[in-house]
Amino acid sequence: MKCTICIGSSCHLKGSRQIVEQLQYLVKENHLEDKVELGGTFCMGNCVNGVNVTLDDKLYSLSPETTKDFFDKEILAKVQ
Amino acid sequence: MPIPGQEEWKFDTKVQYIKYKVLREVARCAFEDRLLATYTEIPKLIVKDKPTMRCCIYKERAIVEERIRLAMGGNKENPNVIEVIDIACDECSKSGYNVGSACRGCIAHRCADVCPRGAISFDEHQKAHIDKTKCVDCGRCAQVCPYSAIVNEKRPCEKACKVKAISMGEGGEAAIDNSKCISCGACAYMCPFGAIVDKSFILDVVKLIKESQNNEKYKLYAVIAPSISSQFSYAKLGQVISGIKELGFFTVVEAALGADMVAYAESKELSEKGFLTSSCCPAFVDYVEKAFPQMKEHVSHNLSPAATIAQYIKETDPTAKIVFMGPCTAKKMEFQKEKLKDIIDSTITFEELQALFDSRDIDLKSLPEDVLDNASYYGRIFARSGGLSDAVAQGLKEQEIEFDLKAVPCDGIEACRVALLKASKGLLPGNFIEGMACTGGCIGGAGCLTHGEKNKADVDKYGKEAYEKTITSAIGMMKK
Repeated sequence: MKCTICIGSSCHLKGSRQIVEQLQYLVKENHLEDKVELGGTFCMGNCVNGVNVTLDDKLYSLSPETTKDFFDKEILAKVQ
Repeated sequence: MPIPGQEEWKFDTKVQYIKYKVLREVARCAFEDRLLATYTEIPKLIVKDKPTMRCCIYKERAIVEERIRLAMGGNKENPNVIEVIDIACDECSKSGYNVGSACRGCIAHRCADVCPRGAISFDEHQKAHIDKTKCVDCGRCAQVCPYSAIVNEKRPCEKACKVKAISMGEGGEAAIDNSKCISCGACAYMCPFGAIVDKSFILDVVKLIKESQNNEKYKLYAVIAPSISSQFSYAKLGQVISGIKELGFFTVVEAALGADMVAYAESKELSEKGFLTSSCCPAFVDYVEKAFPQMKEHVSHNLSPAATIAQYIKETDPTAKIVFMGPCTAKKMEFQKEKLKDIIDSTITFEELQALFDSRDIDLKSLPEDVLDNASYYGRIFARSGGLSDAVAQGLKEQEIEFDLKAVPCDGIEACRVALLKASKGLLPGNFIEGMACTGGCIGGAGCLTHGEKNKADVDKYGKEAYEKTITSAIGMMKK
């Protein structure tokens, strides 16, 4: 699956780097490099609800605090 | 002195203001799809019923017509983006030593005694005259005149052009030698008659905006240079970002993030090669190619920061269209290069951005503040002389590369020339040349609205405001 994180200015200030770092770490720790493709983009046109993350085109609103939960429920549960 | 609050206040000089007015009207017509039908009306709109600067309204209007031509892209046959408007050139007297009114007609005639060419003669009042056919501009006469009556008058364009690409044409007008010109725009900024102008791509940008159909057909990105921090000082930076989006851009990305990427890669490249020059400044790179071809192999292989970030944006969004906005006229040459084709779609200066805002009646001061935060402190300080060297030092440190960096930051093309000359002879006490063609770095660029003492401090302040404090953290979130 493809997971795209918004790294535009607004999401950046809301912690998108921390989310990217967590996701990079979690994907590696769970050996999902072949199954999950992480990517960035500069704006999803939904700045108010950032940090914006899409998982195969479905939009999620995350914060660094909710990232682990998101990974467990939306990524880990689905790929296994 | 222009009055604060008036439009002229946005610029350093009235020459810039005239250029801006033409750009604004051309953009307005283009946005309203009536350019071909009404561009011939623009001269009358700008030059009303009385001449304000030239002999008559007809000459003023003829010059405005030339400015319209340049605003619409200029002479397509001429590859250079810097062009002379022959009829606007005041044909200043030939550069060289001239006797001024301070000559008192003394009887010593030291000037004639030291002249090695016998070029000085005297009239019936004992006043000196220089025979230009004999004079070689050695300047000895000027040194010995007790009244300092002999001065070296240089045409402002020739004085501004440190690479000596400008000479006097046959009709007395300025002539640019494209084989020497590096398109830095110094002459365009310095000519007091506005006779040298940078060609504009605003029509291409208007087209990109319109054809994106509100960013539905493709997304239009603005990549903005970090020197923006010293510009549009009458509004907040966040309001400028809102204004760019109001124009029809999907989003704005800092070229400084590309600078972070460059600093990271360049410090590694430097440690591997042992000697390097920067490749950020397109006028500097052009200068190396034209004046020091033997040094070309030492120019960093990195793309410039703007091109680096544009390339990255296109990786994340392959149908994206990108416009670079900055202080630089040489960037208008760079984006047309074969290797950057399809990376940057068009390039405009801050002057032209101001014209675009006003062509749409976008009042920056009334807009809410948006945010701009992609890069680190180090990426942002690329905008001023010395910043790139600091960033490369930081890049080495963050990657824990053992390398004894001896940076030579060159502030302006003359300093670049000296460093390149020494390096070509193996005499440079340094291993990294930071080449910036404009004095002060990009903040001294010809496409800036204003140039001032505070600009460097503005860049440093903007750098310190960056959310990311290190290069590694700024580029850490990019796909590896």
